[in-house]
Amino acid sequence: MRTKMGSSLRAAVLAAVVLASGGLAAAESGAAKEEAPAASDWQHWHANTNVTDLASAQRGARNFVSYCLGCHSLKYERWSRLGTDLAIPQKLLERDLIVPGDKATDYILTTMPAADAATWFGKTPPDLSLIARSRGKDYLYQLLKTFYVDPTRPTGANNLRLPAIAMPHVLSELEGPKAAVFRDVTHKEGSEVVHEQVFDHFEQLAPGRLTPAEYDAFVRDTVNFLDYVGEPTQAARRSLGVWVVLFLLLFTWLAWMVKHEYWKDVH
Amino acid sequence: MAATLPDGTHADKKGLWGWINKRLPVSEFIKDQLTGYYAPKNFNIWYFFGSLALVVLVLQLVTGIFLTMFYKVGETTSFDSVEYIMREVNFGWLIRYLHSTGASAFFIVVYLHMFRAFLYGSYKKPRELLWLFGMAVYLALMAEAFMGYVLPWGNMSFWGAQVIVNLFGTIPGIGPGLVLWIRGDYGIADATLNRFFALHVVAIPLALLLLVVLHLVALRRTGSNNPDGIEIKEKVGPDGKPLDGIPFHPYYTVKDVFGVGVFFILFAIIVFFIPTLGGLFLESPNFDPANPMSTPEHIAPVWYFTPFYAILRAVPDQRMGALLMFFAVVLFLFVPWLDRSPVKSIRYKGLPSKVALTLFAISFVALGYLGLQPAEGLYVVLARIFAVIYFLFFILMPWYSPLGAKQPPERVTYHAH
Repeated sequence: MRTKMGSSLRAAVLAAVVLASGGLAAAESGAAKEEAPAASDWQHWHANTNVTDLASAQRGARNFVSYCLGCHSLKYERWSRLGTDLAIPQKLLERDLIVPGDKATDYILTTMPAADAATWFGKTPPDLSLIARSRGKDYLYQLLKTFYVDPTRPTGANNLRLPAIAMPHVLSELEGPKAAVFRDVTHKEGSEVVHEQVFDHFEQLAPGRLTPAEYDAFVRDTVNFLDYVGEPTQAARRSLGVWVVLFLLLFTWLAWMVKHEYWKDVH
Repeated sequence: MAATLPDGTHADKKGLWGWINKRLPVSEFIKDQLTGYYAPKNFNIWYFFGSLALVVLVLQLVTGIFLTMFYKVGETTSFDSVEYIMREVNFGWLIRYLHSTGASAFFIVVYLHMFRAFLYGSYKKPRELLWLFGMAVYLALMAEAFMGYVLPWGNMSFWGAQVIVNLFGTIPGIGPGLVLWIRGDYGIADATLNRFFALHVVAIPLALLLLVVLHLVALRRTGSNNPDGIEIKEKVGPDGKPLDGIPFHPYYTVKDVFGVGVFFILFAIIVFFIPTLGGLFLESPNFDPANPMSTPEHIAPVWYFTPFYAILRAVPDQRMGALLMFFAVVLFLFVPWLDRSPVKSIRYKGLPSKVALTLFAISFVALGYLGLQPAEGLYVVLARIFAVIYFLFFILMPWYSPLGAKQPPERVTYHAH
């Protein structure tokens, strides 16, 4: 099991790098624009993902299986559903994504025992089926982009979005370790002078296996996938909605004509 | 019209239609309630919301029945079954969004319907009972919506129920015992969820239907009011029909079908493109399962309760807050007797009434907004100011309402299009 996970992990990273060379060229310019604002502005970072971008959601699915599924489940999503919705051929689904031992109709569940996880991390890693709905895409994007090295934490990592996060920085090898630089700010609250540590910027301590732009795309794809899992029907919902509204416009126009005709004799 | 035979049937009714009408007064009902029911011809846009409320009621009943086929009540099953509906039931997501959006739509049309009554004095004599039945519908609707919100068993369901049910604990003496009786347990739990389900799908819908029927029967007795607030029955032609009235069918049925079309366009835009409406119609903490160990950052009810919630939180003392919130709802019942104006419609009331109603509408919306914000700082101050305006609207009504009234016209104002 362990070796299998390891090899699929390496394969995924390899695939990510291969994809990065080709598919990410276009995304890079967009990502670079997002990077430009100061890091202290992290609370206003937007995920800017598009759930109808199937290639991105597919890459996100691969990222999830390689890096998240070790601890987190998607207990409301079946492998087969994922394959159908994201247009992943059955063969590829079974070869590259489905965990050995799982059937296509099984729900996507982690193999980590919940009780052990609670002992190891202090809390059971939450199921992520609805995380994009309860927290929002931007929250997830900010969370995955604001991990920093913090030796005072048991995992060695802390997070700006969720301070004292129980989760280790699983993607550290991809992003490379970075430190958070805080500055002292003093301001007056009434008569009291308050000293505060305010985040200023990140310092890259060592390069990761992905460039910053590649890591950004990696996070966006993963968030996009989680957005899809949050509401697998959302693309169908929007495309059906267009037809429903068009029909209602026609219906209402006809209803107006009928009303107009009948009311001609009211004076 | 066709001649009526001694046995009560129409001479020209033959075949199956005649057979049925001999046994069931279908044509009589259609004639009495639709083609022979005269409504004022000067209804404006405010008069769409009554029929829309009826449409939404039917929508909620139908979608509710389908949801019940897949929903599994119980603290270990409710949340999962809702996600099952959203993901694995064919068009389950559509049924669920129609129902959740329908709940908010119900309150939107009912609030506008009630505001119409304030605009044109539709609660005034002889329509006091019509108003009271309408208010009973509104109260039943509040109970229905509150219990329905608990059923998905999300975290906001749980904590919302916690806050609202605990309000009953502020009643002196019986409070704590009453809360225990409502919950059926020492906390919001499986027993609470199950009884709310029973009330939400059986008891309250039955009460709602009965009250809506009474509301409509009372309407048929007095006839509709209109934007001029004058009685069309007082000016009848030689045929005994109101001069300013037109048969409800076909005139208002075709007009209401158009209104329903416009309503459903807006409704569909929300259902298909923004079903959570940025957390207003479906709150994001409710996508986390109920967790007694984790309180959401801000506990706020869904928007339709927030005006009253803001009043509750504006008062430092919880018991006084609950009492004021109770009065904020109950005061509506007394409006027919608080309004002492000689005229019904705002068109012919004086400036004080116009100013008062405007301020009331603003404070209702403002309180609704403030109820969604955290109860701190400026928000609380504003909530107090608007709560005072809210109550003054009712309390001072007997004094300001008669001021500056003008004589309404003899006949309704209507400009043919």
